[in-house]
Amino acid sequence: MTNMDPKGLTRQPPKRLHAETQAVYPRAVDGRFRRLKWAVMTFCLAVYYITPWLRWHRGPYSPDQAVLIDLEHRRFYMFAIEIWPQEFYFVAGLLIMAGIGLFLVTSAVGRAWCGYACPQTVWTDLFQHVDRLIDGDRNAQMKLAKAPWGPGKIVRRLGKWSIYLLISISTGGAWIFYFADAPTLAREFVTLQAPSIAYSTVFVLTVTTMWFGGFMREQVCIYMCPWPRIQSAMLDEKSLLVTYKDWRGEPRGKKSPTGAPLGDCIDCGLCAAVCPTGIDIREGPQIGCITCALCIDACDGVMAKTGRPRGLIDYVTLEDSAREKQGQSATPHWKLIWHARTLIYLGIWSAIGAALLFALGTRQHISIAVSKDRNPPYMILSSGEIRNAYAVRWKNMEGRPRKMQLVLDGPAGAKMWSEDMAKDMAARDLTRIIPADTTSPLRIYVTAPAGTAEGKLSFTLRALDQDGGQVSYDTRFDAPGAE
Amino acid sequence: MSAPENNETGPRIDEPTGTATMGHEWDGIEELNTPLPTWWLYTFYACIVFAIGYCVVYPAIPGIKEGSHGTFGWTSRGQLASEMDAAKAARAPVLAALDATPIEDLPKNPELLAKAVAGGKAAFKVNCVPCHGSGAAGSIGYPNLNDDDWLWGGTLTDIQTTLEHGIRQPGDAATRTSMMPSFGRDGILKPADVQDVVSYVRQISGQEPGNASAQRGAALFAANCVACHNPDGKGNRMFGAPNLTDKVWLYGGSRTAIAETVTNAHAGVMPAWGNRLSPATIKMLAAYVHSLGGGEAFAAPAAPAADAASTGQ
Ligand code: SF4
Ligand code: SF4
Repeated sequence: MTNMDPKGLTRQPPKRLHAETQAVYPRAVDGRFRRLKWAVMTFCLAVYYITPWLRWHRGPYSPDQAVLIDLEHRRFYMFAIEIWPQEFYFVAGLLIMAGIGLFLVTSAVGRAWCGYACPQTVWTDLFQHVDRLIDGDRNAQMKLAKAPWGPGKIVRRLGKWSIYLLISISTGGAWIFYFADAPTLAREFVTLQAPSIAYSTVFVLTVTTMWFGGFMREQVCIYMCPWPRIQSAMLDEKSLLVTYKDWRGEPRGKKSPTGAPLGDCIDCGLCAAVCPTGIDIREGPQIGCITCALCIDACDGVMAKTGRPRGLIDYVTLEDSAREKQGQSATPHWKLIWHARTLIYLGIWSAIGAALLFALGTRQHISIAVSKDRNPPYMILSSGEIRNAYAVRWKNMEGRPRKMQLVLDGPAGAKMWSEDMAKDMAARDLTRIIPADTTSPLRIYVTAPAGTAEGKLSFTLRALDQDGGQVSYDTRFDAPGAE
Repeated sequence: MSAPENNETGPRIDEPTGTATMGHEWDGIEELNTPLPTWWLYTFYACIVFAIGYCVVYPAIPGIKEGSHGTFGWTSRGQLASEMDAAKAARAPVLAALDATPIEDLPKNPELLAKAVAGGKAAFKVNCVPCHGSGAAGSIGYPNLNDDDWLWGGTLTDIQTTLEHGIRQPGDAATRTSMMPSFGRDGILKPADVQDVVSYVRQISGQEPGNASAQRGAALFAANCVACHNPDGKGNRMFGAPNLTDKVWLYGGSRTAIAETVTNAHAGVMPAWGNRLSPATIKMLAAYVHSLGGGEAFAAPAAPAADAASTGQ
């Protein structure tokens, strides 16, 4: 190790336990990607805020909110779809699709999720606009940060933080409307009659929004979020990255001291100034880059002013960057998307989607579950008849009451009656009206004549209206063995 | 391999990152001493402060005899007690309603009945299972409560009375009581006579065809048994005398079992639960036993159970 330090870099490290956070004051910029970012941001925020207020008529027995996670009644409504807890695999499927969708997007266009659609990005962007609105652009912000505390600074800070707070409260506030009827909850919320969980949820989300969006910002992406780590494992030389074409830009500089020819980069620093995570993309691909492409906009502007072709910083794969360096043309974007990994992700993603749609289309809206009494397995009645008992659950998953018939298929002479009727009414079928959106438990007794042997028994549930539908459940009939 | 510490050079600054190293090296691999972000460090400090506070207010520090108590005075026993109190308070309205409702009116209130049955199921597990079995199916000498054969009556009121006063309980004036003579042991019937009575009982319960022995038994039955078991052999609930013509046998229906019963007699006992359980619990137990499928004087609930059922799952 003695010779590991030829340049004499060895010195005592500073006695500090932590690194100072470098505050980021990104400069405003305009350009095609900035406009795209505005559009995506508007869209995402609109979806988030408007969705719970959309109505969807489902008849008198079900809520009319288009998207509703009804935890109390254990139902999940999404437009025409209603999901019961036992069908939660639909939601699991959606989550898996979201995960694979993320891989798909990453494989096709790189880290686009981070750059445009991640809530952390959207809200950080929003808060940075508030900064610019109150404090001015980058330079003014830096000046104010350095300025000593005085009345002017206090007023500005309080004003800014109040706006942060407003945004945060409305962010947290919108969340709860997904879990209850939005207009009712809104009324209850402002009249202080909402359940306490609503207030605590809003409180927690307000604090986290304010903290993550207002203060943590790029620190969340760099230190806390697992996605960049997963992401780095997924990127290769074929992935679309925001890349500084060093072969074109270097040597950078405004004016060559020696007169030797310079690259296209005039070293104005604008790309670093606009970066929301405060990095300099000219140092190469790095984990701090969320590929928001704002530096592309900034650099394109500079190239236009200096009369050079755009795209010194551009969305480009490492492979293409190398090819362009050789003077060959880059692969067209559509071709980039067209590679095996993307297609495999797309295949998996659409297969899951198709399977979910198929399951959704063919699922039964009635169901039956039977659990047989096993203690005792059978009973001898005073007449010598053998009785078995079953707990039967009839399920009507539609938003209207339905007439249903339970039919017994079992040993000859077997008859059933239920706890809600007299024994002498026993029959081979029972008809009940099952209320809308309900599981009805019913205890069923089946008696068979003395001497009946044990064997198979099944219940069939039929809906007796036009839509029909039928499901069966196989169970058994127990009897004493031959003596 | 070089030593983990190398004092000659000390930690150095790594050129590409500008970060100091830890100063050790294994096979040429060094470790960067990357400083923590400020917020991370302060979060860590905040956790330490929180932990100290936690140790002060909650029991946390172990001692020789007992640990620290904490200024909040929290204990897991105390928490259990308050949860139990809360559960008790939640049950109170149901118990009050049960106290106010005569048991025969219970079927008029399906909701209360359902709660009583559920409560009875729990109380049954605690009190009744040792004799009647966890499925209430009984065993030899312990009645099966699921069937439709009742010694002392199977209406809600009958079951309530049996539960409250027990069977053959000394000291309870209203207890259910009767005493079958030990016909064989006490010499009332000779062994051959006992066999004849057995033949007759087997005949009326449809287990054996009639024969000469059964005919002799019929006369003996008329002379000795009809007072309690009735001339038709169908028993009498006033005395808890079982129906001898049905297929349910508490002590067994084989020749040997019946002969044993006629010779020695049986007198099963059951505690008078009125001494130990509250009236509401007894009502719940009666409702549960009645609900097992053999309850008598069945009254159809006001609305079919399917309509009254709650939403869920
Ligand atoms: S790094 Fe994480 S938090 Fe940051 S933009 Fe990407 S996904 Fe969002
Ligand atoms: S380097 Fe460019 S693309 Fe990356 S985060 Fe900064 S501005 Fe966005």
